[in-house]
Amino acid sequence: MRELLRLDDVLRLPRGSRLRFDDVRGTHVLLAPERTFDLDAVAADVLGFVDGIRSVDDIVTALAEKYVEDRGVIERDVIDLLDELLRKRVLDR
Amino acid sequence: MNASAPELPAPIGLLAELTHRCQLRCPYCSNPLELDKRSGELDTATWRRVLSEAAALGVLHVHLSGGEPTIRTDIVEIIAHCARTGLYSNLITSGVGGALEKLNALADAGLDHVQLSFQAVDKANAERIGGFVNAQAQKMAFAGRVTALGLPLTLNAVIHRGNIDEVDRFIDLAVALGARRLEVAHTQYYGWASMNRAALMPTKADVDRSIQIVETARKALEGRLLIDLVVPDYYATYPKACVGGWGRRLINVTPSGRVLPCHAAETIQGLEFWSVRDRTLADIWTSSPAFMAYRGTDWMLEPCRSCDRKERDWGGCRCQALALTGDASATDPVCVYSPYHARIKTLAAAEASVNAKSTYVYRSFSLGDRPASAGSPAGDVS
Ligand code: SF4
Ligand code: SF4
Repeated sequence: MRELLRLDDVLRLPRGSRLRFDDVRGTHVLLAPERTFDLDAVAADVLGFVDGIRSVDDIVTALAEKYVEDRGVIERDVIDLLDELLRKRVLDR
Repeated sequence: MNASAPELPAPIGLLAELTHRCQLRCPYCSNPLELDKRSGELDTATWRRVLSEAAALGVLHVHLSGGEPTIRTDIVEIIAHCARTGLYSNLITSGVGGALEKLNALADAGLDHVQLSFQAVDKANAERIGGFVNAQAQKMAFAGRVTALGLPLTLNAVIHRGNIDEVDRFIDLAVALGARRLEVAHTQYYGWASMNRAALMPTKADVDRSIQIVETARKALEGRLLIDLVVPDYYATYPKACVGGWGRRLINVTPSGRVLPCHAAETIQGLEFWSVRDRTLADIWTSSPAFMAYRGTDWMLEPCRSCDRKERDWGGCRCQALALTGDASATDPVCVYSPYHARIKTLAAAEASVNAKSTYVYRSFSLGDRPASAGSPAGDVS
Protein backbone atom coordinates (compact mmCIF):
# COMPACT_ATOMS: atom_id res chain seq x y z
CA MET A 1 0.00 0.00 0.00
CA ARG A 2 0.98 3.51 -0.68
CA GLU A 3 1.99 6.14 1.87
CA LEU A 4 -0.44 9.01 2.20
CA LEU A 5 0.56 12.46 1.11
CA ARG A 6 2.15 14.51 3.89
CA LEU A 7 2.44 18.26 4.34
CA ASP A 8 6.23 18.13 4.25
CA ASP A 9 6.30 16.19 0.99
CA VAL A 10 7.92 17.97 -1.93
CA LEU A 11 6.38 17.17 -5.30
CA ARG A 12 7.41 17.73 -8.85
CA LEU A 13 5.98 17.29 -12.30
CA PRO A 14 7.98 14.58 -14.03
CA ARG A 15 8.81 14.66 -17.69
CA GLY A 16 5.68 13.76 -19.62
CA SER A 17 3.37 15.72 -17.30
CA ARG A 18 2.86 19.09 -18.93
CA LEU A 19 0.82 22.13 -17.94
CA ARG A 20 -0.50 24.27 -20.70
CA PHE A 21 -3.35 26.54 -21.61
CA ASP A 22 -5.82 25.10 -24.10
CA ASP A 23 -6.71 28.10 -26.26
CA VAL A 24 -9.47 26.33 -28.15
CA ARG A 25 -11.42 25.39 -25.01
CA GLY A 26 -10.23 28.33 -22.92
CA THR A 27 -9.01 26.23 -20.01
CA HIS A 28 -5.86 25.13 -18.25
CA VAL A 29 -4.97 21.48 -18.73
CA LEU A 30 -2.45 19.02 -17.40
CA LEU A 31 -1.35 16.75 -20.20
CA ALA A 32 -0.11 13.30 -19.21
CA PRO A 33 0.21 9.85 -20.80
CA GLU A 34 -3.19 9.04 -22.36
CA ARG A 35 -4.89 11.58 -20.07
CA THR A 36 -5.96 15.19 -20.04
CA PHE A 37 -6.89 16.78 -16.73
CA ASP A 38 -9.02 19.90 -17.02
CA LEU A 39 -7.93 22.38 -14.38
CA ASP A 40 -9.94 25.23 -12.93
CA ALA A 41 -8.08 28.40 -11.98
CA VAL A 42 -7.27 27.18 -8.45
CA ALA A 43 -6.05 23.77 -9.59
CA ALA A 44 -3.88 25.45 -12.21
CA ASP A 45 -2.39 27.63 -9.46
CA VAL A 46 -1.72 24.63 -7.24
CA LEU A 47 0.15 22.85 -10.00
CA GLY A 48 1.93 26.04 -10.93
CA PHE A 49 3.47 25.94 -7.46
CA VAL A 50 4.61 22.32 -7.81
CA ASP A 51 8.26 22.91 -8.58
CA GLY A 52 10.32 20.31 -6.73
CA ILE A 53 11.23 22.94 -4.11
CA ARG A 54 8.05 23.99 -2.32
CA SER A 55 6.49 21.53 0.13
CA VAL A 56 2.78 20.81 0.13
CA ASP A 57 2.61 23.03 3.20
CA ASP A 58 4.27 25.91 1.34
CA ILE A 59 1.77 25.52 -1.48
CA VAL A 60 -1.16 25.67 0.94
CA THR A 61 0.28 28.82 2.54
CA ALA A 62 0.79 30.49 -0.82
CA LEU A 63 -2.76 29.70 -1.90
CA ALA A 64 -4.37 30.75 1.38
CA GLU A 65 -2.65 34.11 0.95
CA LYS A 66 -3.61 34.51 -2.66
CA TYR A 67 -7.28 33.59 -2.21
CA VAL A 68 -7.66 34.99 1.34
CA GLU A 69 -9.33 31.75 2.31
CA ASP A 70 -9.39 29.55 5.40
CA ARG A 71 -6.24 27.44 5.53
CA GLY A 72 -8.11 24.28 6.49
CA VAL A 73 -10.35 24.44 3.42
CA ILE A 74 -7.44 25.09 1.09
CA GLU A 75 -5.40 22.32 2.65
CA ARG A 76 -8.08 19.73 2.01
CA ASP A 77 -8.52 20.78 -1.63
CA VAL A 78 -4.80 20.85 -2.30
CA ILE A 79 -4.23 17.44 -0.76
CA ASP A 80 -7.17 15.91 -2.61
CA LEU A 81 -5.92 17.18 -5.93
CA LEU A 82 -2.27 16.26 -5.46
CA ASP A 83 -3.09 12.87 -4.01
CA GLU A 84 -5.29 12.04 -6.96
CA LEU A 85 -2.50 12.96 -9.35
CA LEU A 86 0.04 10.92 -7.37
CA ARG A 87 -2.23 7.92 -7.59
CA LYS A 88 -2.44 8.38 -11.35
CA ARG A 89 1.38 8.48 -11.50
CA VAL A 90 1.52 11.89 -13.15
CA LEU A 91 3.22 13.55 -10.18
CA ASP A 92 6.38 12.48 -8.36
CA ARG A 93 7.43 12.91 -4.77
CA MET B 1 -19.28 25.81 -43.25
CA ASN B 2 -21.54 23.22 -41.66
CA ALA B 3 -24.38 25.26 -40.20
CA SER B 4 -26.71 22.34 -39.49
CA ALA B 5 -24.53 20.67 -36.83
CA PRO B 6 -25.68 21.70 -33.31
CA GLU B 7 -22.32 22.34 -31.71
CA LEU B 8 -19.41 20.66 -33.29
CA PRO B 9 -16.96 19.39 -30.67
CA ALA B 10 -13.26 20.11 -31.16
CA PRO B 11 -11.10 17.02 -31.65
CA ILE B 12 -8.79 16.24 -28.75
CA GLY B 13 -6.63 13.42 -30.12
CA LEU B 14 -4.86 12.73 -33.39
CA LEU B 15 -3.81 9.21 -34.28
CA ALA B 16 -1.04 9.74 -36.79
CA GLU B 17 -0.29 6.48 -38.53
CA LEU B 18 3.05 7.44 -39.98
CA THR B 19 3.67 4.20 -41.83
CA HIS B 20 2.30 0.70 -42.12
CA ARG B 21 5.81 -0.71 -42.27
CA CYS B 22 6.68 -2.77 -39.20
CA GLN B 23 9.24 -5.43 -38.33
CA LEU B 24 6.66 -7.39 -36.38
CA ARG B 25 3.71 -9.31 -37.80
CA CYS B 26 1.23 -9.48 -34.93
CA PRO B 27 -1.85 -11.48 -35.88
CA TYR B 28 -4.12 -8.99 -34.04
CA CYS B 29 -2.71 -5.88 -35.68
CA SER B 30 -5.41 -3.25 -36.12
CA ASN B 31 -4.00 -2.08 -39.43
CA PRO B 32 -6.21 -2.80 -42.43
CA LEU B 33 -5.69 -6.03 -44.38
CA GLU B 34 -4.58 -3.92 -47.30
CA LEU B 35 -1.54 -2.02 -46.04
CA ASP B 36 -0.35 1.29 -47.50
CA LYS B 37 2.94 0.99 -49.36
CA ARG B 38 5.96 3.14 -48.56
CA SER B 39 5.71 4.91 -51.90
CA GLY B 40 2.27 6.20 -50.96
CA GLU B 41 3.27 7.67 -47.59
CA LEU B 42 2.86 11.37 -46.80
CA ASP B 43 6.06 13.40 -46.85
CA THR B 44 7.53 15.38 -43.97
CA ALA B 45 6.16 18.75 -45.06
CA THR B 46 2.62 17.40 -45.23
CA TRP B 47 2.88 15.86 -41.76
CA ARG B 48 4.16 19.20 -40.45
CA ARG B 49 1.14 20.96 -41.92
CA VAL B 50 -1.26 18.32 -40.59
CA LEU B 51 0.20 18.64 -37.09
CA SER B 52 -0.03 22.42 -37.13
CA GLU B 53 -3.63 22.24 -38.33
CA ALA B 54 -4.45 19.66 -35.65
CA ALA B 55 -3.05 21.90 -32.93
CA ALA B 56 -5.10 24.85 -34.19
CA LEU B 57 -8.25 22.70 -34.23
CA GLY B 58 -7.86 21.82 -30.55
CA VAL B 59 -5.96 18.55 -30.62
CA LEU B 60 -3.85 18.10 -27.47
CA HIS B 61 -2.41 14.59 -27.78
CA VAL B 62 -0.78 13.14 -30.88
CA HIS B 63 -0.33 9.39 -30.98
CA LEU B 64 2.50 8.59 -33.36
CA SER B 65 1.78 5.13 -34.50
CA GLY B 66 1.89 2.80 -37.45
CA GLY B 67 3.13 0.24 -38.15
CA GLU B 68 6.36 1.14 -36.51
CA PRO B 69 6.74 4.95 -36.47
CA THR B 70 10.50 4.93 -35.84
CA ILE B 71 11.00 3.38 -39.28
CA ARG B 72 10.32 6.84 -40.75
CA THR B 73 13.58 8.65 -41.38
CA ASP B 74 11.93 11.95 -40.38
CA ILE B 75 10.57 10.77 -37.03
CA VAL B 76 12.81 13.18 -35.10
CA GLU B 77 11.56 16.15 -37.12
CA ILE B 78 7.94 15.05 -36.69
CA ILE B 79 8.35 14.91 -32.91
CA ALA B 80 10.16 18.23 -32.89
CA HIS B 81 7.23 19.72 -34.76
CA CYS B 82 4.79 18.36 -32.16
CA ALA B 83 6.87 20.08 -29.48
CA ARG B 84 6.94 23.35 -31.45
CA THR B 85 3.17 23.41 -31.79
CA GLY B 86 2.51 22.44 -28.14
CA LEU B 87 1.17 18.99 -29.03
CA TYR B 88 1.78 16.21 -26.55
CA SER B 89 3.65 13.47 -28.40
CA ASN B 90 3.07 9.83 -27.62
CA LEU B 91 5.30 7.36 -29.43
CA ILE B 92 3.64 3.98 -29.89
CA THR B 93 6.45 1.61 -30.71
CA SER B 94 7.50 -2.02 -30.73
CA GLY B 95 11.00 -0.96 -29.66
CA VAL B 96 12.83 -3.16 -32.17
CA GLY B 97 15.03 -2.41 -35.16
CA GLY B 98 16.41 1.11 -35.23
CA ALA B 99 14.12 2.39 -32.47
CA LEU B 100 16.77 2.28 -29.73
CA GLU B 101 19.34 4.03 -31.88
CA LYS B 102 16.98 6.95 -32.45
CA LEU B 103 15.65 7.25 -28.93
CA ASN B 104 18.10 9.85 -27.58
CA ALA B 105 17.39 12.13 -30.50
CA LEU B 106 13.65 11.68 -30.04
CA ALA B 107 13.95 12.62 -26.37
CA ASP B 108 16.02 15.68 -27.27
CA ALA B 109 13.40 16.69 -29.81
CA GLY B 110 10.82 16.89 -27.02
CA LEU B 111 9.11 13.49 -26.98
CA ASP B 112 6.62 13.37 -24.09
CA HIS B 113 5.75 9.71 -23.63
CA VAL B 114 6.61 6.24 -24.87
CA GLN B 115 4.22 3.35 -25.18
CA LEU B 116 6.07 0.11 -25.74
CA SER B 117 4.31 -3.08 -26.80
CA PHE B 118 5.14 -6.53 -25.46
CA GLN B 119 3.55 -9.51 -27.18
CA ALA B 120 4.15 -11.76 -24.14
CA VAL B 121 6.59 -11.95 -21.24
CA ASP B 122 7.75 -15.45 -22.05
CA LYS B 123 10.38 -14.95 -24.73
CA ALA B 124 9.47 -17.86 -26.98
CA ASN B 125 5.79 -17.06 -26.76
CA ALA B 126 6.40 -13.37 -27.48
CA GLU B 127 8.42 -14.18 -30.55
CA ARG B 128 5.87 -16.68 -31.78
CA ILE B 129 3.06 -14.13 -31.45
CA GLY B 130 4.99 -11.22 -32.96
CA GLY B 131 6.41 -13.39 -35.71
CA PHE B 132 9.86 -11.89 -35.16
CA VAL B 133 12.95 -13.51 -33.65
CA ASN B 134 15.03 -11.70 -31.04
CA ALA B 135 12.42 -9.03 -30.39
CA GLN B 136 12.37 -9.51 -26.63
CA ALA B 137 15.99 -8.58 -25.92
CA GLN B 138 15.62 -5.44 -28.04
CA LYS B 139 12.47 -4.43 -26.21
CA MET B 140 14.10 -4.85 -22.82
CA ALA B 141 17.03 -2.69 -23.85
CA PHE B 142 14.67 -0.10 -25.29
CA ALA B 143 12.59 0.05 -22.10
CA GLY B 144 15.75 0.52 -20.04
CA ARG B 145 16.81 3.49 -22.15
CA VAL B 146 13.36 5.10 -21.96
CA THR B 147 13.41 5.20 -18.17
CA ALA B 148 17.10 6.14 -18.06
CA LEU B 149 16.20 9.20 -20.14
CA GLY B 150 13.49 10.10 -17.62
CA LEU B 151 10.70 9.59 -20.13
CA PRO B 152 7.44 8.13 -18.82
CA LEU B 153 6.99 4.55 -20.00
CA THR B 154 3.76 2.69 -20.64
CA LEU B 155 3.83 -1.01 -21.34
CA ASN B 156 1.15 -2.17 -23.72
CA ALA B 157 -0.04 -5.76 -23.65
CA VAL B 158 -2.65 -6.85 -26.14
CA ILE B 159 -4.35 -9.82 -24.53
CA HIS B 160 -5.77 -12.87 -26.28
CA ARG B 161 -5.89 -16.62 -25.84
CA GLY B 162 -2.17 -17.01 -26.54
CA ASN B 163 -1.00 -14.84 -23.62
CA ILE B 164 -3.94 -14.48 -21.26
CA ASP B 165 -2.12 -16.74 -18.78
CA GLU B 166 0.65 -14.15 -18.55
CA VAL B 167 -1.30 -11.19 -17.20
CA ASP B 168 0.38 -11.42 -13.78
CA ARG B 169 3.77 -11.62 -15.48
CA PHE B 170 3.02 -8.50 -17.55
CA ILE B 171 2.30 -6.67 -14.31
CA ASP B 172 5.57 -7.84 -12.74
CA LEU B 173 7.46 -6.87 -15.88
CA ALA B 174 5.97 -3.38 -15.88
CA VAL B 175 7.06 -2.87 -12.28
CA ALA B 176 10.52 -4.29 -12.93
CA LEU B 177 11.04 -2.01 -15.93
CA GLY B 178 9.94 1.09 -14.00
CA ALA B 179 6.88 1.74 -16.14
CA ARG B 180 4.40 4.25 -14.77
CA ARG B 181 1.52 2.76 -16.64
CA LEU B 182 0.42 -0.60 -18.02
CA GLU B 183 -2.27 -1.12 -20.59
CA VAL B 184 -3.91 -4.51 -20.42
CA ALA B 185 -5.90 -4.30 -23.60
CA HIS B 186 -7.99 -7.24 -24.66
CA THR B 187 -7.92 -7.70 -28.41
CA GLN B 188 -10.44 -5.69 -30.40
CA TYR B 189 -11.55 -7.70 -33.38
CA TYR B 190 -10.87 -5.44 -36.33
CA GLY B 191 -8.33 -5.72 -39.12
CA TRP B 192 -6.04 -8.71 -38.75
CA ALA B 193 -7.58 -9.62 -35.42
CA SER B 194 -10.91 -10.18 -37.09
CA MET B 195 -9.30 -12.62 -39.50
CA ASN B 196 -7.62 -14.43 -36.60
CA ARG B 197 -10.54 -14.28 -34.23
CA ALA B 198 -10.93 -18.04 -33.81
CA ALA B 199 -7.26 -18.34 -32.89
CA LEU B 200 -7.32 -15.36 -30.51
CA MET B 201 -10.61 -15.48 -28.62
CA PRO B 202 -10.09 -16.39 -24.95
CA THR B 203 -12.65 -18.22 -22.83
CA LYS B 204 -14.97 -16.32 -20.54
CA ALA B 205 -13.41 -18.02 -17.51
CA ASP B 206 -9.91 -16.89 -18.53
CA VAL B 207 -11.16 -13.36 -19.18
CA ASP B 208 -12.79 -13.18 -15.75
CA ARG B 209 -9.66 -14.48 -14.08
CA SER B 210 -7.46 -11.96 -15.89
CA ILE B 211 -9.72 -9.10 -14.81
CA GLN B 212 -9.54 -10.31 -11.23
CA ILE B 213 -5.74 -10.32 -11.37
CA VAL B 214 -5.75 -6.75 -12.66
CA GLU B 215 -8.17 -5.56 -9.96
CA THR B 216 -6.03 -7.05 -7.20
CA ALA B 217 -2.81 -5.62 -8.62
CA ARG B 218 -4.38 -2.19 -9.04
CA LYS B 219 -4.95 -1.97 -5.31
CA ALA B 220 -1.61 -3.43 -4.33
CA LEU B 221 0.32 -1.19 -6.72
CA GLU B 222 -1.64 2.03 -6.34
CA GLY B 223 0.70 4.99 -6.67
CA ARG B 224 3.39 2.85 -8.29
CA LEU B 225 1.78 1.52 -11.43
CA LEU B 226 -1.37 2.76 -13.09
CA ILE B 227 -3.14 -0.10 -14.85
CA ASP B 228 -5.64 0.69 -17.56
CA LEU B 229 -7.80 -2.23 -18.55
CA VAL B 230 -9.64 -2.56 -21.84
CA VAL B 231 -12.11 -5.37 -21.35
CA PRO B 232 -13.03 -7.60 -24.26
CA ASP B 233 -16.11 -6.41 -26.03
CA TYR B 234 -17.66 -9.75 -26.84
CA TYR B 235 -18.28 -10.56 -23.21
CA ALA B 236 -19.59 -7.12 -22.21
CA THR B 237 -23.17 -5.94 -21.57
CA TYR B 238 -22.94 -2.49 -23.12
CA PRO B 239 -20.59 -1.36 -25.85
CA LYS B 240 -17.82 1.17 -25.38
CA ALA B 241 -18.17 4.66 -26.73
CA CYS B 242 -15.95 3.75 -29.66
CA VAL B 243 -13.31 6.46 -30.18
CA GLY B 244 -15.31 8.55 -27.70
CA GLY B 245 -18.14 8.83 -30.20
CA TRP B 246 -17.78 9.01 -33.97
CA GLY B 247 -16.36 12.36 -35.07
CA ARG B 248 -16.36 13.79 -31.55
CA ARG B 249 -12.84 13.39 -30.17
CA LEU B 250 -10.50 11.56 -32.50
CA ILE B 251 -8.98 12.05 -35.91
CA ASN B 252 -7.05 9.24 -37.56
CA VAL B 253 -4.74 10.01 -40.45
CA THR B 254 -3.49 7.00 -42.41
CA PRO B 255 0.05 6.74 -43.84
CA SER B 256 -1.20 7.88 -47.24
CA GLY B 257 -3.24 10.77 -45.84
CA ARG B 258 -6.81 9.54 -45.70
CA VAL B 259 -8.64 10.91 -42.69
CA LEU B 260 -10.77 8.48 -40.71
CA PRO B 261 -13.06 8.83 -37.70
CA CYS B 262 -11.61 5.54 -36.37
CA HIS B 263 -8.83 3.28 -37.55
CA ALA B 264 -11.21 0.58 -38.81
CA ALA B 265 -13.58 2.96 -40.59
CA GLU B 266 -12.40 1.90 -44.02
CA THR B 267 -14.07 -1.47 -43.54
CA ILE B 268 -17.38 0.36 -44.00
CA GLN B 269 -18.13 0.29 -47.71
CA GLY B 270 -19.48 3.41 -49.30
CA LEU B 271 -18.08 5.94 -46.84
CA GLU B 272 -16.29 8.78 -48.54
CA PHE B 273 -12.97 9.66 -46.92
CA TRP B 274 -11.17 12.89 -47.68
CA SER B 275 -7.41 13.23 -47.78
CA VAL B 276 -5.09 15.78 -46.20
CA ARG B 277 -3.44 15.97 -49.60
CA ASP B 278 -6.49 17.81 -50.94
CA ARG B 279 -7.99 19.64 -47.97
CA THR B 280 -7.29 21.12 -44.58
CA LEU B 281 -7.90 19.07 -41.48
CA ALA B 282 -10.47 21.61 -40.27
CA ASP B 283 -12.46 21.25 -43.48
CA ILE B 284 -12.33 17.45 -43.21
CA TRP B 285 -13.33 17.46 -39.54
CA THR B 286 -16.38 19.66 -40.12
CA SER B 287 -17.60 18.53 -43.51
CA SER B 288 -16.15 15.23 -44.68
CA PRO B 289 -18.95 12.75 -45.49
CA ALA B 290 -17.24 10.03 -43.44
CA PHE B 291 -17.22 12.18 -40.29
CA MET B 292 -20.78 13.38 -40.86
CA ALA B 293 -22.16 9.87 -41.47
CA TYR B 294 -22.37 8.73 -37.84
CA ARG B 295 -21.70 11.90 -35.89
CA GLY B 296 -24.21 12.64 -33.13
CA THR B 297 -27.42 10.62 -32.87
CA ASP B 298 -29.51 11.48 -35.94
CA TRP B 299 -28.35 8.44 -37.90
CA MET B 300 -29.40 5.98 -35.17
CA LEU B 301 -32.01 3.25 -35.57
CA GLU B 302 -33.88 1.48 -32.78
CA PRO B 303 -33.09 0.42 -30.10
CA CYS B 304 -30.43 3.18 -29.85
CA ARG B 305 -32.70 5.97 -31.07
CA SER B 306 -34.92 5.90 -28.00
CA CYS B 307 -32.28 4.69 -25.53
CA ASP B 308 -31.17 6.97 -22.69
CA ARG B 309 -27.56 5.78 -23.01
CA LYS B 310 -27.23 7.05 -26.57
CA GLU B 311 -25.10 10.06 -25.65
CA ARG B 312 -22.95 7.90 -23.40
CA ASP B 313 -21.84 5.17 -25.76
CA TRP B 314 -23.07 6.72 -29.03
CA GLY B 315 -24.39 3.33 -30.07
CA GLY B 316 -21.00 1.60 -29.79
CA CYS B 317 -18.69 0.73 -32.64
CA ARG B 318 -19.86 1.17 -36.24
CA CYS B 319 -17.23 -1.16 -37.64
CA GLN B 320 -18.18 -3.92 -35.23
CA ALA B 321 -21.87 -3.41 -36.01
CA LEU B 322 -21.04 -3.85 -39.66
CA ALA B 323 -18.77 -6.85 -39.17
CA LEU B 324 -21.28 -8.71 -37.04
CA THR B 325 -24.68 -7.65 -38.41
CA GLY B 326 -23.91 -6.53 -41.94
CA ASP B 327 -25.26 -3.03 -41.23
CA ALA B 328 -23.00 -0.23 -40.01
CA SER B 329 -26.02 1.72 -38.70
CA ALA B 330 -27.15 -1.10 -36.46
CA THR B 331 -26.75 -1.14 -32.68
CA ASP B 332 -23.36 -2.58 -31.78
CA PRO B 333 -24.23 -6.24 -31.10
CA VAL B 334 -22.11 -6.14 -27.96
CA CYS B 335 -25.10 -4.27 -26.50
CA VAL B 336 -27.55 -6.40 -24.58
CA TYR B 337 -30.43 -4.62 -26.39
CA SER B 338 -29.19 -5.68 -29.83
CA PRO B 339 -31.16 -8.50 -31.45
CA TYR B 340 -27.78 -10.02 -32.36
CA HIS B 341 -26.45 -9.98 -28.80
CA ALA B 342 -27.13 -13.63 -27.98
CA ARG B 343 -25.48 -14.77 -31.20
CA ILE B 344 -22.32 -12.84 -30.39
CA LYS B 345 -22.07 -14.53 -27.01
CA THR B 346 -22.55 -17.94 -28.62
CA LEU B 347 -20.02 -17.15 -31.29
CA ALA B 348 -17.43 -16.02 -28.74
CA ALA B 349 -17.96 -19.14 -26.68
CA ALA B 350 -17.70 -21.38 -29.73
CA GLU B 351 -14.50 -19.79 -30.98
CA ALA B 352 -12.94 -19.72 -27.53
CA SER B 353 -13.50 -23.44 -27.21
CA VAL B 354 -11.37 -24.30 -30.24
CA ASN B 355 -8.66 -26.12 -28.38
CA ALA B 356 -6.02 -26.86 -30.95
CA LYS B 357 -2.81 -24.82 -30.76
CA SER B 358 -3.70 -21.68 -32.61
CA THR B 359 -2.26 -21.04 -36.02
CA TYR B 360 -2.20 -17.37 -36.94
CA VAL B 361 -2.47 -15.58 -40.19
CA TYR B 362 0.43 -13.19 -39.70
CA ARG B 363 0.12 -9.61 -40.76
CA SER B 364 1.90 -8.99 -44.06
CA PHE B 365 1.85 -6.76 -47.10
CA SER B 366 0.31 -9.51 -49.16
CA LEU B 367 -1.86 -12.36 -48.11
CA GLY B 368 0.29 -14.72 -50.17
CA ASP B 369 2.05 -16.34 -47.20
CA ARG B 370 -1.09 -17.41 -45.41
CA PRO B 371 -0.44 -20.79 -43.76
CA ALA B 372 -2.66 -23.50 -45.16
CA SER B 373 -3.86 -24.62 -41.74
CA ALA B 374 -5.05 -21.20 -40.59
CA GLY B 375 -8.55 -20.82 -39.24
CA SER B 376 -11.01 -19.42 -41.73
CA PRO B 377 -11.60 -15.70 -41.61
CA ALA B 378 -14.61 -15.90 -39.35
CA GLY B 379 -16.17 -12.55 -40.09
CA ASP B 380 -19.57 -13.74 -41.12
CA VAL B 381 -22.33 -14.47 -38.67
CA SER B 382 -25.24 -12.86 -40.42
S1 SF4 C 1 0.36 -4.60 -33.75
FE1 SF4 C 1 2.32 -5.65 -34.13
S2 SF4 C 1 2.41 -5.78 -36.39
FE2 SF4 C 1 0.84 -4.24 -35.92
S3 SF4 C 1 1.93 -2.32 -35.96
FE3 SF4 C 1 1.91 -3.01 -33.83
S4 SF4 C 1 3.85 -4.14 -33.57
FE4 SF4 C 1 3.50 -3.93 -35.79
S1 SF4 D 1 -29.22 0.50 -27.33
FE1 SF4 D 1 -27.65 1.73 -28.35
S2 SF4 D 1 -27.44 3.57 -27.11
FE2 SF4 D 1 -28.54 2.05 -25.86
S3 SF4 D 1 -26.95 1.01 -24.65
FE3 SF4 D 1 -27.24 -0.19 -26.52
S4 SF4 D 1 -25.75 0.61 -27.98
FE4 SF4 D 1 -25.92 2.12 -26.33
